[in-house]
Amino acid sequence: MINLKKIRKAILTAVWFMFLTFPLMVMKVNTIENTVQWRWINLAYIGISAFIFSLFWEDLLKRRDNIASKDKKKSINNKISRKLENKKIRNISLFVLILIVVLFPFIMSMYQTSIITTALMYVVLGLGLNIVVGFGGLLHLGYAAFYAVGAYTYGLLYYHFGLSFWLCLPLGALFSALFGIILGFPILRLRGDYLAIVTLAFGEITKLVLENWNDFSFGPSGIANIPRPMFFGIKLKLAEVTNFTYFIAIGLTILTIIVIKRLESSKIGRAWEAMREDEIACQSMGIDITKAKLTAFSMGAVWAGIMGVLFAAKTTFINPASFTTWESIVILCVVVIGGMGSIPGVIVGALIFILTPEYLRAFSEYRMLIFGLALVIMMIFRPGGIIPKIRKTHQFKVKEVKE
Amino acid sequence: MLKIEHISTYYGNIQALKDISISVSEGEIITLIGANGAGKSTTLMSLCGIVPVRSGKITFDGQDITTMTPDKIVSLGISQVPEGRRIFPLLSVKENLDMGAFLRNDKEGIKRDIEYIYTLFPRLAERRNQQGGTLSGGEQQMLAISRALMAKPRLLLLDEPSLGLAPLIVQQIFEIIKKVNEENKTTVFLVEQNANMALKIAHRGYVLETGKITMTDNADKLLSNEDVKKAYLGI
Repeated sequence: MINLKKIRKAILTAVWFMFLTFPLMVMKVNTIENTVQWRWINLAYIGISAFIFSLFWEDLLKRRDNIASKDKKKSINNKISRKLENKKIRNISLFVLILIVVLFPFIMSMYQTSIITTALMYVVLGLGLNIVVGFGGLLHLGYAAFYAVGAYTYGLLYYHFGLSFWLCLPLGALFSALFGIILGFPILRLRGDYLAIVTLAFGEITKLVLENWNDFSFGPSGIANIPRPMFFGIKLKLAEVTNFTYFIAIGLTILTIIVIKRLESSKIGRAWEAMREDEIACQSMGIDITKAKLTAFSMGAVWAGIMGVLFAAKTTFINPASFTTWESIVILCVVVIGGMGSIPGVIVGALIFILTPEYLRAFSEYRMLIFGLALVIMMIFRPGGIIPKIRKTHQFKVKEVKE
Repeated sequence: MLKIEHISTYYGNIQALKDISISVSEGEIITLIGANGAGKSTTLMSLCGIVPVRSGKITFDGQDITTMTPDKIVSLGISQVPEGRRIFPLLSVKENLDMGAFLRNDKEGIKRDIEYIYTLFPRLAERRNQQGGTLSGGEQQMLAISRALMAKPRLLLLDEPSLGLAPLIVQQIFEIIKKVNEENKTTVFLVEQNANMALKIAHRGYVLETGKITMTDNADKLLSNEDVKKAYLGI
């Protein structure tokens, strides 16, 4: 357990951490009065917490390894996923969830509703990217480009032709899917790092085009005064429209989950999974790799397009600054942190990843620090994501024992 | 049923196959033997459309398949067990078999064939829910062959099924190949380094040397041929 060697190591770690965080946590320069404020108490906090943390660090790591090596059914990783498969628990939690979801905008403030709407949009974006990255195994770093395509579809079609939100929703999906196919063709032969580079470039090109093609996209000044979604032709007040947007986001999220669940167990879904694991084997099974890749890209893009339209309607203003590479990376983080290929994982991942920085605003300048720390710890203890994907081997077994 | 006529294949500027002609008739086991780098695998890959052929012609049942894409070729009834097995490591054994039947739509037939596979390889039945990647080398090879059989091929292409396996398991696998050929009338095209084993189960054989066919005869004649003995059988 705790011996002298460990304590010494912990003290060293604590000192090192105090040294590292000294400029950030202790010194505070007041630029108005030209004075430096020394906050020694912070140093003590850091020292103590780093000491305690490092003292138990190895035990924590050991526990993780023990869990991993034990019977798989008993590990926490599977516990959550398995629990969700239990009908009774599932029904109760589903009921509670629906209740919360329906009542949420009426209990909480407009600000809260708005944040949740944003988080839900990332759920859908994450699920969409999950098709490409999680199922297809194609690392895609330019996903925000499809998001932009959706947003600009609505923005421009409204500006030029006055098309409504509801009409643009499917159109945004369509244009995005087309873009997915256009991107798909040049990268059919690429794999791994090269694929990542090309998709990254694609995202960047899309943004640059939007930024510089003034006649088409109005450049960096963007498109303003995009109307919010209307309720059967009735224009709603701001508070009502916020709630309405929230319910649209909920509806689209549910639609996405259903469609992607169906896709996953369909023939196309199996082709994607096979493609992720081995392309040559995939071909010798008679799977058309070209088709599988292109459908993965376009089916992934569809959701980004839909969310782009919703984003434009929600913020009423779009410009290229909303669709940077950082945006693509955030969505990718949602997928990886949630658990690649796992639908509940991506949902939880999006909620945590988007909501945490929002609710950590109270800690102002430290929020990114805390967030970063949380990510590192999570990656150490749950490398497969928050809710990793489990394969349904379990179900066959039960049936076959009975026979 | 399969005719390869004067094909040449290149990797960049390097010629891997020089004017190769092979013919396979229905119900046969044909083996292609040769040393490392002779072009055995390239022959198979050219046949499957994975590596493009530069000149020559390949026909299957009279249909030209030279420039067809791999998935089209599979749909004609040519199924390949790729070199190094290449099973799907994260999918379970049963899911791997399901993938093999990707192009088929008859649910009942697939079910029956999976049962048939399980009787053929009882080991796979025991491990049906295990991830493919956790199987031993021999079991993976069995799985790779079974997966190819799930496509109900008329022609089964095998690329070095003995690779990296213990002699006892190699024996087992070859016996199964023979059984499959006899029971289902599946034509087998076997590419092997283990010439001795391959020639024992095959009807006819081709010897490939640095991209050229140097000899072809009945398998038993090749087995007793002095040159083949010296070069490939180590006798």
